[in-house]
Amino acid sequence: MQFALLIYESPEAFTARNADETDPYLGAWRAYYKALVEAGIYVGGNPLQPPETGTTVRLKDGKRRVQDGPFADTKEQLGGFTILELPSLDAALEWAARCPAASIGAVEVRPISPEYKRRVTG
Amino acid sequence: MSDGIQESTHRTTQRTTQRTIERVARESYGRLVAYLSAHTRDVASAEDALSDALVKALTAWPRDGVPENPEAWLMTTARHSLIDLVRHQQVAESGEPTLLLLREDSKEMTLSPEFPDERLKLLFVCAHPAIDPAMHTPLMLQAVLGLDAARIAGAFLISPTTMGQRLVRAKTKIRDGGIQFEIPQERELPQRLDAVLEAIYAAFGIGWDDMAGVDQRGRDLAEEAIWLARVLLQLMPGEAEVRGLLALMLHCEARRAARRGPDGRFVPLSEQDSQQWSRPLIEEAERHLGEASRRGRIGRFQLEAAIQSIHAERVRSGRIQWDAITMFYEQLIRISPTLGMRTGYAAAVAEANGVEAGLAALDGIDPGSVSAYQPYWAVRAHLLQRLGKTPEALDAFDRAIGLTEDPAVRQFLLQRRAKVFLFFLSN
Repeated sequence: MQFALLIYESPEAFTARNADETDPYLGAWRAYYKALVEAGIYVGGNPLQPPETGTTVRLKDGKRRVQDGPFADTKEQLGGFTILELPSLDAALEWAARCPAASIGAVEVRPISPEYKRRVTG
Repeated sequence: MSDGIQESTHRTTQRTTQRTIERVARESYGRLVAYLSAHTRDVASAEDALSDALVKALTAWPRDGVPENPEAWLMTTARHSLIDLVRHQQVAESGEPTLLLLREDSKEMTLSPEFPDERLKLLFVCAHPAIDPAMHTPLMLQAVLGLDAARIAGAFLISPTTMGQRLVRAKTKIRDGGIQFEIPQERELPQRLDAVLEAIYAAFGIGWDDMAGVDQRGRDLAEEAIWLARVLLQLMPGEAEVRGLLALMLHCEARRAARRGPDGRFVPLSEQDSQQWSRPLIEEAERHLGEASRRGRIGRFQLEAAIQSIHAERVRSGRIQWDAITMFYEQLIRISPTLGMRTGYAAAVAEANGVEAGLAALDGIDPGSVSAYQPYWAVRAHLLQRLGKTPEALDAFDRAIGLTEDPAVRQFLLQRRAKVFLFFLSN
């Protein structure tokens, strides 16, 4: 089954993305990616631009509402996601704990829903 | 003003009572659950009845004073709750005999405040072969030590709801699956005892790895494991492996302060300041190991403790007998050829017989089994670096870093890797 690791990061972690090649957070992510690929469980994933680049759209009473930034105003924001192919939630939690963001932000593990996808895509 | 004094005295008494309840709960929890469930085989109901009794103690003891024998008070109160509980369930077919059993006991109870220690039976039940091995440790932590499901879930990296469900399922199996509360027969004792020891050691391992030295919860779990081993030793003083396990954990515990720098930095065993190791814990470990070896029945935990004992020798001699460590690992691999043992063996061989020999030992491990095993990659990176095989070493460092959970260990490995990389560039 597939799981999404939703990576929540602090403003500091987003800033650290501009650091040079020797940045330990970047090094940790490179190593983590390599470990996922070598373990044969990596399906895909992407980092997202920082939250302030986001724009939220909503239709309320037929009127368009557009808001700068993300929907939720919290300290830790969605910074990216990784999709993994794993046999169980237990295994997914183990990989989530190894994620570099787990010790400075948070990693939410969510099973992908293939049933609903089938209903949507037909 | 006297009201104020009275008020503060009252509060002090309440605090003292609260502490007494906590202490009695901690020390007696396992004894009470074991006794209450030994006849009914119903661990969950025994736990419910006991928490009921503890809640009652919270109101009764500050009001009436702490009873002379708090444990007996809790036992009597819990038994009454349990009888009520069973009476409510009487519609169920098993209700009647259970009630009779409890009644018979209650007669004994009025004669004497003492009751037999059934914890050993409870430990064997928790690690019964019919129970999922992954649940042995969680069950023990809950039934014998009274840890709640959320706390156990965190340690095992499982969601609290799932852990709660798994614990309930395991307890239902104990109650309905015909698992007897008994000490195993001589014939099957070694294997059954091994499962108990494994479960205790697993608790210790979690407490150890789980942000060791930084996270208080992790530390507590290691202490709980040592406490469980002490209980077990008290109940089975003649078993060499029980002493072996206790010696192993005490040796590791002795090094706790030295495992982290003042800034929280990870310090590997080879770089630890041995003067920071706890002498009393090392001495206690050595006493248990010596006592175990006199019984002449070697086993896995004694061998692992012996390896730690050689490391501890460094305090006195300043050196490490790697050939002896290699020999102990060889024996360990014969008993259980796990990844951990084989990796430890390779690391020891590298020190005793040279880095190439160590690397060859690592190469002997099936590559398919190590893709998610961090220690293998950490040792491999270290050995490749010493051989000057820099690109391979950097790759192995990455694998180790990517598989690391502890941020301090990750930081340590990242720094090691950076050093190797810079050295490579400048040459």
